[in-house]
Amino acid sequence: MTTAEKRLGNAANFVDERIGAAGWVKKSLNKVFPDHWSFMLGEVCMYSFVILLLSGTFLTLWFDPSQRDVIYEGVYEPLKGIKMSAAYASTLDISFEVRGGLLMRQIHHWAANIFMAAIVAHLLRVFFTGAFRKPREFNWILGILLLTLGFVEGLFGYSLPDDLLSGTGLRITSAIIQAIPLVGTYISFFLFGGAFPGVGFLPRIFTLHVLLIPGAFLAVITIHVMLVWYQKHTQFPGPGRTEKNVVGHPILPVYMAKAGGFFFIVFGVIAFLSAVASINPIWLYGPYTPGQISAGSQPDWYMGWLDGLVRMAPPWETHAFGHTVSWNILIPALIVPGILFTGMAFYPFIESWITGDKREHHLLDRPRNVPNRTALGVMSITFVIVALINGGNDILATNFHLSINQIMWFSRIGIFVLPPLAFVITKRLCLSLQRADRDLVLHGLETGRLVRMPSGEFVEIHEPISPQKRFVLTSHEQAPALELSATDARGVKRPGAIKNKVRARLSKAHAVGLPKVTSEDLKEIEHH
Amino acid sequence: MQDPGPAPHVMRNADIDPKAEKRAEQQVAILFGLSGVSSLLLIYSYVFIASDVFVFIPVMGSQNVQQLGLGLGMSFSLLFLGLGAIHWAKKLMPETEVINHRHEFRSSDEDRDELVKTVKHAAAEVKLGRRSLIKRSLGFSLGLFALPPVLLLRDLGPLPKKQLETTNWKAGTRLVTDPGNRPILASDLEVGAVVQTLPEMPDETERLLSDIAKDPVLLIRIRAEEFQLSPEKLAMTHDGIIAFSKICSHMGCAVALYEQTTKHLLCPCHQSTFDVTRGAKVIFGPAARPLPQLDITVDEEGYLIARAPFNESVGPSYWERNSQ
Amino acid sequence: MKRLSRYRRHRAAGPFLLVVALLAIGTTFNVASATVAQSPNSFARTSAIEEGRQIFLKGCSSCHGLNAEGGAIAPSLIGVGAASVDFQVGTGRMPMADMSTQAMRKAPVYNAEETAALAAYVASLAPGPAIPTDAVLNYERDGSTAEGGELFRNNCAMCHNFAGQGGALTQGKYAPTLMGVEPKYIYEALITGPQSMPVFSDKTITPAEKLSLIKWIKSAENEPNLGGATMGRIGPVTEGLLAWVLGIGLLIGIAVWLTTKAR
Repeated sequence: MTTAEKRLGNAANFVDERIGAAGWVKKSLNKVFPDHWSFMLGEVCMYSFVILLLSGTFLTLWFDPSQRDVIYEGVYEPLKGIKMSAAYASTLDISFEVRGGLLMRQIHHWAANIFMAAIVAHLLRVFFTGAFRKPREFNWILGILLLTLGFVEGLFGYSLPDDLLSGTGLRITSAIIQAIPLVGTYISFFLFGGAFPGVGFLPRIFTLHVLLIPGAFLAVITIHVMLVWYQKHTQFPGPGRTEKNVVGHPILPVYMAKAGGFFFIVFGVIAFLSAVASINPIWLYGPYTPGQISAGSQPDWYMGWLDGLVRMAPPWETHAFGHTVSWNILIPALIVPGILFTGMAFYPFIESWITGDKREHHLLDRPRNVPNRTALGVMSITFVIVALINGGNDILATNFHLSINQIMWFSRIGIFVLPPLAFVITKRLCLSLQRADRDLVLHGLETGRLVRMPSGEFVEIHEPISPQKRFVLTSHEQAPALELSATDARGVKRPGAIKNKVRARLSKAHAVGLPKVTSEDLKEIEHH
Repeated sequence: MQDPGPAPHVMRNADIDPKAEKRAEQQVAILFGLSGVSSLLLIYSYVFIASDVFVFIPVMGSQNVQQLGLGLGMSFSLLFLGLGAIHWAKKLMPETEVINHRHEFRSSDEDRDELVKTVKHAAAEVKLGRRSLIKRSLGFSLGLFALPPVLLLRDLGPLPKKQLETTNWKAGTRLVTDPGNRPILASDLEVGAVVQTLPEMPDETERLLSDIAKDPVLLIRIRAEEFQLSPEKLAMTHDGIIAFSKICSHMGCAVALYEQTTKHLLCPCHQSTFDVTRGAKVIFGPAARPLPQLDITVDEEGYLIARAPFNESVGPSYWERNSQ
Repeated sequence: MKRLSRYRRHRAAGPFLLVVALLAIGTTFNVASATVAQSPNSFARTSAIEEGRQIFLKGCSSCHGLNAEGGAIAPSLIGVGAASVDFQVGTGRMPMADMSTQAMRKAPVYNAEETAALAAYVASLAPGPAIPTDAVLNYERDGSTAEGGELFRNNCAMCHNFAGQGGALTQGKYAPTLMGVEPKYIYEALITGPQSMPVFSDKTITPAEKLSLIKWIKSAENEPNLGGATMGRIGPVTEGLLAWVLGIGLLIGIAVWLTTKAR
């Protein structure tokens, strides 16, 4: 035994005699993680969160979240002598007087954008592959919670520098709060510490941004990851993979090296972006005052779809009994997102109610094999993209010589027409992909080689696919639709007949699909 | 369909060829080495490059050398470290797949029964059902205990009172330029002109941001015959000069985007469009109300003044706003 | 020939031909419209005003009227002043190429001499803003960058964007970029209010303040790209796009490499 081994052994012994960790650690190191690129998206989220914590801590060392007025006397010439908040001035100082400060600011902001993008990508992966199904509904809901937290944390974060663009965002935030019936005005006055922009909002959201919300993030992320650990990762169907096992690489050493290396890659890519591409150049925006505004004022991308919805809202307000209800704000900014997020959080339960499937699932679906769910997902993406396009309508108009009015009307109509259209097209696409799979299994791969038959006709040679591939294409299960008759055996109407009818309808739509190839089909073909 | 089992294992080059193994090892070492060199680049940039050195790079334009050195040094040191580790894992670490078995999450029936029994037993021992005095008083205390923390947040800010209804515009307040704080003669504005204005503040009164959040007024001059206003609204203009609150009636952005030819005001935030000739009537976008119009006239020296305060609240709607 | 016919069946043949056709039409149109512009003018030079009147009658009167009194499609030019003519003609906006939305900046049709003559003629019709002289335009000496920034954010940023990159107006109109615009033309635009732009009178924004504005715009134009490539200085839209395309794109690419089996 070498001395190094001996020392390590002693340390391990010291720990184990006190907390008895050996058994648990041994078990954990045997954990297996299946390999697929899309399984790395969740890791991108977690790593960019760590990067946010690191770079954010760096920024707090210099940032002063105060709204008190100062006269700028720093090195950035075009703002010298201008009155501004201490928050804005200290952000300028971080950018220009702390070496690497601008780099860190950009790392923090790029990491935030990538964090949110990765969350969305991860969520889509989980949705389209059906990884949210029993027993993973808790984790799905925790994920939705993390996404929601991300919206708030992001909004607070880019509001803190108190530049003209972020101040405009806060002005809109305060208008949304004010629009809440009954209590809105009071909440707004309390949060801002008076009439907008108030005196206390920045220091308050600073505490939320650097302490409370990151704390909540840490807690939820920990549970999220521990549940993945405990429930073991899902895997794509394939030879040797069943609902009862998980096939992959063990934690030590391969997964550890790959995941650890990937952390540095994520950090490196974000640092690269921050080195070559400017983000949030607050010195150009100028300090915030409510009387000023810039053309093309946009939120960060993950808020853009909300802004787009607000832009396309109809000019509805109700005036009655000395009160005003702003539907033009409430509907796009609170009601529609509220419905969307609630629906998303409950989706696993809704789907299982439709299919009547209460079993555990550890093998993932290929999106084409569940046309209804895939179509629903694409429909939702289409909705958000139309809203997002409208959120940038002025930027699109200037850069592509369009008219904002045209884009607005396109979005107002498109938000109702395009998502259902996307649903229908996606469902058709899924079914034709299923047909392609079926053809592949039955007739093999087209080789492009033509052979002339004795009869004179040309025939293309097809190569049979490997048994493994054939298994992947045929191993999915095709559950029949629920049979829910409206009457019982004696012909008496059951209670909840309408509910059952709806459920049967949905179930039938969900079960749509081409019959998959069975071994009998193949045998029959071989006989030919 | 029968599960054919996994495809036959294919050995990697590095597993069978010692030369390939050596090569892979060298590649990993080079990647790690590059990472180290990049860290040195970062240190060099931090210590030796001044913050005011610029270099022109095609596509990117004029770039700060220190920022670029720090950023690229950092990103390459991280990237090469990560690439090296992954390359090592892929080429040289064992790649055989391992199978774990899953267990069912549902607890055994005995465990469940026992848990139910324990809980029931505990509940029975507490005898809450029979101690109704305790039950009610506990309900009373639990109902109230959540209130104090909420109440303690009351002092976060003042009550709204009349703050949203009032501005610093009073009868006789002069309009002054923003920035500049100079009073404005009616004759200073030619047709087609626009001026950003604020109310003149009494001496020594500091203009707060919360004042600028509701006071700004946009002064526009068009040809008087182009107005299509009701007699009352027309009386609020002066010689073709009309004044509107610059704070959008939708969400409070500054509606400052004035098109001289069409006489339209556009809000850059959500594209609400207002027609100046028709008293800032909404002609497009999500805003539901016209911009409040300020009643203006001139004083004896010819300077533009407000004849009266705004006769409605400026800015976005809120529950208590009486919009009728 | 055989080779050509093979390409004809290529997948990209259709789109390719379309692009070629569009290019050809565009080039022809450009050349054709340019030749109109180059028609030489040689006439008796009695005075600058008379020369300007001649140019006006040939090039402008069909829209603006024989006496510059305006018409159905063009405004009256009486009283617009020399500054207005210098701006519109000097930046190539007038004569207009197409009447659709608004006059675009393009290569000027008339040379400096002809433009000056036109300006002199229009100025002779009625008094109006004059062309600022070089002595007036000494913004480097008389302007203040920081003050200019304040003025810019109050009066210009809402249309021209926070960094003077331009922005959208209603119905397809737009506020053009201010980058690369000569100080003289910025000044003239401020005092004359071309097209959608309102007038900023000397009384409400003093000449000294206008020079500060110009100084700030020039400082924004010459500012190095602190912090990396700017992607247009148009705010978070391009940043979000880059985060998805380059950021998530690169990471997914590396994740694919990471999870494929080595050879």
